[in-house]
Amino acid sequence: MNDSVFALWVYLARSPLLWLTVTILTYCLCERISTALHRNPLANPVLLSMAIVGALVRLTGTPYATYFDGAQFIHFLLGPATVALGIPLYQNRRLVLRAILPMTCALLAGSLTALVSAVPIARLCGASPMIVASIAPKSVTAAVAMGISERLGGDPALTAVLVILTGILGAVIVTPLMIALRITDKRAQGFAAGLAAHGIGTARAFQVDPLAGTFAGIAMGLNALLTAVLLPLLL
Amino acid sequence: MLLSLGLILLCQLIGEAIARGTGVAVPGPVIGLVLCVLLLLARDRIGRWAPAELRDGTFEQTGRGILSHLSLLFIPAGVGVVQRLDVLAGNALPIAAAVLVSTVLALAVTAWVFSAIARRL
Repeated sequence: MNDSVFALWVYLARSPLLWLTVTILTYCLCERISTALHRNPLANPVLLSMAIVGALVRLTGTPYATYFDGAQFIHFLLGPATVALGIPLYQNRRLVLRAILPMTCALLAGSLTALVSAVPIARLCGASPMIVASIAPKSVTAAVAMGISERLGGDPALTAVLVILTGILGAVIVTPLMIALRITDKRAQGFAAGLAAHGIGTARAFQVDPLAGTFAGIAMGLNALLTAVLLPLLL
Repeated sequence: MLLSLGLILLCQLIGEAIARGTGVAVPGPVIGLVLCVLLLLARDRIGRWAPAELRDGTFEQTGRGILSHLSLLFIPAGVGVVQRLDVLAGNALPIAAAVLVSTVLALAVTAWVFSAIARRL
């Protein structure tokens, strides 16, 4: 009996099917939990799913590369999803064009704040140059951030993790922070979420309001553009 | 549905080709996002000549379908945290402080500048 269970596990562990299924079903479960808790920011579906799937990967002793063999099919969709952000942008183009001035100013201010604030804090707390370089691009969408980190002498894989953690943190705190700052403009809220917390902030903004989501998507794209241009100048 | 998916992938493909070909540091999908907007604007120009799928809302629906579960797409990369737990634990203070303070500042500054300027217009 134990032998056949083991043989089954050996088979499943090698096929991409297992971890693909686990990832999707865990996400469905966490979505249900998030909805049941009225989209409470702390019950962030990415955070919950990461914790559960990460624990399963750890407990079964599965190498991350094996996990990713299955999960890569989901990961791949990040590209098409970024392209698809063009659709709400197109649909709201008039609203967006009308907000071009606040958007430009907020982009410059926010992007510089995100870039400039992380580095001295990390240094003050005694991080090594490798860690500092890995933290610097954390607000930018993962693909760009990893490239930047590599150029600065950071660890791209660590940067990817920090990008995700930043995204989750931003998604969790954006709503309470906006209430505390008394910022009620949905466009401003969304734009901030997309700028500081890239795609995960954008996903959160879409949960709150479609217009906020649209502005978040724009901010994410523009911040990737601006950071790619600004960083070589700052270094 | 299939044509819409193909066109979204095509935008990304051209975007990646431009990014690689010109060596700009902008990610291909972000260029693809711009191309997607241009595609929809072009559709409005050519009107009846556009394929039915682009005119009947299928394209928009397909995009919404992908976007409706945007959160799911970050989980595979996020699970990568299991590989770096030791580094995170070893540098918990600088990482937590930098990420927390910088994210709060970036959110606050961005939203504040946006709404302050928008109110004056």
